[in-house]
Amino acid sequence: MESKQQVISKLRQELLGWEGYKPPLPGQRAQLGLGPLEAAFPQGVFPQHSVHELVCASHEQAAASGGFVTGILSLLLQPGGVCVWVGRARRLFAPALATFGVAPHQVIFISLHKDKDTLWVMEEALKCPGLTAVVGELREMDFKQSQRFQRAVENSRVTGFILRNAVKLSSTACAARWQIRSLPSTALNGLPGLGFFCWQADLLKVRNGQTGSWSLEWQDGHFVPLEAYKNQKERQAG
Amino acid sequence: MQKRYMSIWFRHLLTDGLARRRPELKALAFVVVASVKNRVVISAASAWAEQEGAFTGMALADACAAVPGLLAINEVPGQAAKLLRLIGLGCIRYTPVVSLDLPDGLMLDISGCAHLWGGEREYLKEIVLKLRAAGFDARAAIADTQGAAWAVARFALRQPIVAGGAQAAAVAGLPPAALRLAPEALEKLKKLGFEHIEPLLTIAPQSLRRRFGPGLLLRIGQALGQVEEYLEVLVLPVPFMERLPSLEPIRTVPGITIAIENLLKMLCLRLQAEGLGVRKAVLKCHRIDGRKVQVGISTTKGTHSVSHLLRLFTLQIDKIEPALGIELFVMEALRTEQMEVIQEQLWAESKGLADTALAELLDRIAGKVGAEAIQRFLPAENHWPERSVKLAASLTEQPETAWPELPRPIRLLPVPESIEVMALVPDHPPKLFVYQGKRHTIAKADGPERIGREWWQDSGAHRDYYIVEDDSGQRYWLFRSGHYDGGDARWYLHGYFA
Repeated sequence: MESKQQVISKLRQELLGWEGYKPPLPGQRAQLGLGPLEAAFPQGVFPQHSVHELVCASHEQAAASGGFVTGILSLLLQPGGVCVWVGRARRLFAPALATFGVAPHQVIFISLHKDKDTLWVMEEALKCPGLTAVVGELREMDFKQSQRFQRAVENSRVTGFILRNAVKLSSTACAARWQIRSLPSTALNGLPGLGFFCWQADLLKVRNGQTGSWSLEWQDGHFVPLEAYKNQKERQAG
Repeated sequence: MQKRYMSIWFRHLLTDGLARRRPELKALAFVVVASVKNRVVISAASAWAEQEGAFTGMALADACAAVPGLLAINEVPGQAAKLLRLIGLGCIRYTPVVSLDLPDGLMLDISGCAHLWGGEREYLKEIVLKLRAAGFDARAAIADTQGAAWAVARFALRQPIVAGGAQAAAVAGLPPAALRLAPEALEKLKKLGFEHIEPLLTIAPQSLRRRFGPGLLLRIGQALGQVEEYLEVLVLPVPFMERLPSLEPIRTVPGITIAIENLLKMLCLRLQAEGLGVRKAVLKCHRIDGRKVQVGISTTKGTHSVSHLLRLFTLQIDKIEPALGIELFVMEALRTEQMEVIQEQLWAESKGLADTALAELLDRIAGKVGAEAIQRFLPAENHWPERSVKLAASLTEQPETAWPELPRPIRLLPVPESIEVMALVPDHPPKLFVYQGKRHTIAKADGPERIGREWWQDSGAHRDYYIVEDDSGQRYWLFRSGHYDGGDARWYLHGYFA
């Protein structure tokens, strides 16, 4: 006879499965290396087979979100993985992807002018099991469309990112909603100029998880929480 | 396979063509004239003109005397050939092998085609009626040889279909002119009293050769099928082509989809047997109003998957205008490619650029939004930011040089935008800048990184790039165009850093 606790936790697991959180395949890395961010998600696993939405209110935020997504992509794209980036014509500057550990020639860009086309291409791409991740730049997306995206990724196990520069935020069926803002970089050992790229990552909404806010730094191909870095520096100094 | 040929003869090709374009001519006696050796000679006469006594070859002056009020139209050189070509292209719906038979006919290789229309009689009827409906006075005949079909179409009064092997009997009763001979030879035969072909067939070939040269023997041989004769086709048939005639004209999307699916099944079966895959295919729809609409697809990788090709064509269906209906679908694989036979992996671990599912996805996207939207970038050996990336020619092309390691903005403005800046010291990063009415106080800056213009590409000032961070942490890529003391130094915003 199972105890009440066991039954409840089992039911919770099943519920998560139905909601699109699939446990990682056996042999696959469970942890992506996102540090404290991963703890916010159910079971402490970054939901790879769902759609993430990043709210970008300005050009600066769009750039920060682009950098953040590319950072995650570098962790997602194992050697040989392919990503499709659907966006407006010639917005993204490909060489910058190399800074975040993604080989720009492994990314296929689809440059479009109309949101209608972008939605169509994104949905087709999200359905394609040959891809690892799909990034889309959209102006507006309704709930129905986000549901279609979510349904597509549940079968294909593709990770979707939507950079959304919407004016007003309607609710969507995405697994998580992020807002990424640039933070002033910390000077390296008192050297003049800019330090590593620094972001404030806010998890505004997450299904079955804890929302949160983190300060992150991109250091040598990894996300490093800013506090930890500061502590480390203090320790070095002290 | 027993060859069958059909010869179509247009009795009034030129005049019918003219009357088709100018309907008011239909009820008139008119002739087409051309000047030959300073004489104006009739080169074609309409049916009405012939009835009244104006024939091809007459001088126009004579004809005008015989037929008062005869209308004469000047001949445009090459018009007959042009007209025949057009009709020939229209006849491709009946057989893929159509050839021009100048000056006034077409020759069709109809082997294996007639049964699709329910037999040779119906086939012939269909073609002749269609041509007559279009305004051409056409006569046609079917026989085992081109020579016999030609002769019967022009000279036999009845029985246009010559049964297999019966061509000797069919041409025997016809005049020697039915043998496609030169006028001199015909003159000679006439002088010698040959009214029909039959007596020629009984004379020993050696004697014929001695008298008339090899031309006559060749023509007789061709008519009887002893000498092979080849056709010069109007449109070279594509090796991988499938045809699907429909009994009822099709106008609905489901109907067209079914037709495409059936065609693809036939085509892919053949391709599969030869280990080939489609790179480019076109669907031609012949409508009952005589027009032809076509849609094409192309793929990034050779494929013979029916479901994939069908999906590509389905995206194009809305471009097909069926109008009154489509009576024939033709699917052609214009370009094929040898396919690598790979064993399907049970656990497809490496999701690479060579993935079939990815190629299929890109095909679909190219079909919907155009192939030029799909881009892959490679580093170009160029420091100038706008020219530092180039488009990859293919999905598998690999970079020849490494990607630059210098920090680059993740968003680059297509055109640098002018900003107002305040810099404390010359040759120093600015202290603040105003972009689109917004003031940004700069807290930190890196630079300058000087990028010179390539003088062989264009002229202009160099750029000094600075990476700057404002007090809220937003990072920008600014540059100053030219030297500070040059007087014409301008500042621009060129990108956003992450």
